Amino acid sequence: MIKIKNLHARVEEKEILKGINLEIKPGEVHAIMGPNGSGKSTLSNVIAGREDYEVTGGSIDFEGADLLDLDPEERAHKGIFLSFQYPIEIPGVTVSNFIKTAINETRKGRGEEPMDAREMLSKMREKSALLEMDKSYLSRSLNEGFSGGEKKRNEIFQMAMLEPKLAILDETDSGLDIDALRIVANGVNKLRNANNAVLVITHYQRLLDHIEPDFVHVLYNGKIVKSGDKNLAIELEAKGYDWIKEENA
Amino acid sequence: MTNLAQDLLSSFVVREPQLNGGRNLSVAALRKQALDRFELTGFPSTKDEEWKYTNLKPVLKHDYKILLKSDDAVAFSDIKQFLLSDLDTYKLVFINGKYSSWLSETTHSEFDICTFAAALNKYPETIAEYLGKAAPKGETFVDLNTAFADDGAFIRVKNNQTVDKPIEVLYLTTEENGPSFSQVRNLIIVGQNAEVQIVERHQNLGSAVNFTNFVSEVFAAQDSRVSYYKIQNDAIHTSLVDNTHVLQERQSNVHVGTYSFGGKLVRNNLHFYSAGEHCESHMDGVTIIGDGQTVDHHTLVDHQEPNCYSRELYKGIYLGKGHGIFNGKVIVRQKAQKTNAFQQNDNILLSDKARIDAKPQLEIFADDVRCSHGCTIGQLDKNALFYLRSRGIPKSEAQGLMTYAFASDALEYVKIPQLATRLNRVIAEKLGINLEFAL
Repeated sequence: MIKIKNLHARVEEKEILKGINLEIKPGEVHAIMGPNGSGKSTLSNVIAGREDYEVTGGSIDFEGADLLDLDPEERAHKGIFLSFQYPIEIPGVTVSNFIKTAINETRKGRGEEPMDAREMLSKMREKSALLEMDKSYLSRSLNEGFSGGEKKRNEIFQMAMLEPKLAILDETDSGLDIDALRIVANGVNKLRNANNAVLVITHYQRLLDHIEPDFVHVLYNGKIVKSGDKNLAIELEAKGYDWIKEENA
Repeated sequence: MTNLAQDLLSSFVVREPQLNGGRNLSVAALRKQALDRFELTGFPSTKDEEWKYTNLKPVLKHDYKILLKSDDAVAFSDIKQFLLSDLDTYKLVFINGKYSSWLSETTHSEFDICTFAAALNKYPETIAEYLGKAAPKGETFVDLNTAFADDGAFIRVKNNQTVDKPIEVLYLTTEENGPSFSQVRNLIIVGQNAEVQIVERHQNLGSAVNFTNFVSEVFAAQDSRVSYYKIQNDAIHTSLVDNTHVLQERQSNVHVGTYSFGGKLVRNNLHFYSAGEHCESHMDGVTIIGDGQTVDHHTLVDHQEPNCYSRELYKGIYLGKGHGIFNGKVIVRQKAQKTNAFQQNDNILLSDKARIDAKPQLEIFADDVRCSHGCTIGQLDKNALFYLRSRGIPKSEAQGLMTYAFASDALEYVKIPQLATRLNRVIAEKLGINLEFAL
């Protein structure tokens, strides 16, 4: 589905990604772990197309298309979704207006007709129930006055509505209490199927207890320095990151 | 002196006996004095500090007709779109400065919702007590209006009364043959612990240029609550100077919202005087204008007594060659300790040719006060734009949505849901975005 080859990226003059290689196939869950400042969020933002990052080398192929050539919205139309670490508040735009706009613009981008209003409504009801969100939430302003947990649930709600092929969860577990974590993870698991994939970016292992990864990669100093299965995450949780740093010093 | 000023001065002799209240000596004296002051000052120019950024020349250059005739040909269907049609309201409709009884719905039963002209005859004592007491003498446009205006809305709510539905005041002009100059005037008297909501609009239905000089005086007695909304979405060949002066007594709460989308030149002189303790003064607005349009918000809050609160929030979006001016003056008198004054003016320029001149002015003579003011002129937040685009919303739509959100934020205090929806709709339309609005 996605093939990242020798990806280099920088912010202003600082090189952050120094040659990332990663391939994700449909149906897989990959986790990227690593200490703070290793480049985890940069990687997720570069895949989604944030313009603050300059890609200086390498390539990202997404189902045969050169992702780096595309605007953020075009990447979304192709099926990339980024759950933000810090979702943005947009006062005055309700969740339902926002999601309607997102879905119909995505459909337009794909050359499809807008979604029928009734179908939209019933889908919104179904997906907000999946994330155990109160009905009133659809008419609230996007993320405005939302608690940390509500913001993250709202991200997964959007994911559920948009049904991406590749969902990138950037530190989705941060700021979540144990109940919210369970709800969010449960939401993600219900959305998984053989045709989509999930990339979980996280500092800690606890989200991976709920969303079980097929592969775990350790990102350090802008490179993937170790890959393994879910046991690698458990090992990292037990031993911390110092041994990774020492090995790569 | 401009032609218009000369025409006005020379017409006064002919006009004076015809003006309503001609036999009311106190009003006649007010008119004469106001005219004398106008004769001395004339119209302001950009050399005048208060008019530095707003050039009246292009507006004053026309050869205006100053004696306008009423127009009986206007039907309800012509004006329906300018009213809150999905809501039961009282209506005061004026055409070319004359009251239009067949389009209006007034009452005298519990409160007076009628015309200034009628009140001049019916309630001379009330007129003598209030007329010209909020609007300051010596302001050119106020003086000019005092000298000539002979009709407009008269609203009087007695103590402890709540007006059961909003009052819509609609000022229409219909001139087709050459430029017209209109002067109309409101007198709004709200008794103790009384409540009223007013929605006001000036609309030029004619194809000819119109320039309106408008005065509105609001008297808010102790514990009264006034919501006053101004929709400024007039035709591009129309200009307006709106002079609204609000005199507040103890514990009154007054909100004036000004929503400016249309017109060639709109100048809002909005003044609040808090003359009693614990007053709340709210003024906010949204301005969205483009090519050939100027909107100038000149606000003043004069805190005269202790423990009052004022809140001012103006949002502006300027497209094309649109030109905005914000001049927010706050005076805190020596006596007005514990004043809490908040002022914020946020602007977005969506084109390189758009312009905003913003000037906060704080004059604080008390030492135990909280006054904050802020002004931003900026582009849209990059992170928020990326957030929307990452959800598949193209850049231009994302910008539209964010600009909408920015503007819509200033509608929080609109108490009439139908009006809020309507304003949101206008904002969305002006910004070219497609949203659904449910009540």
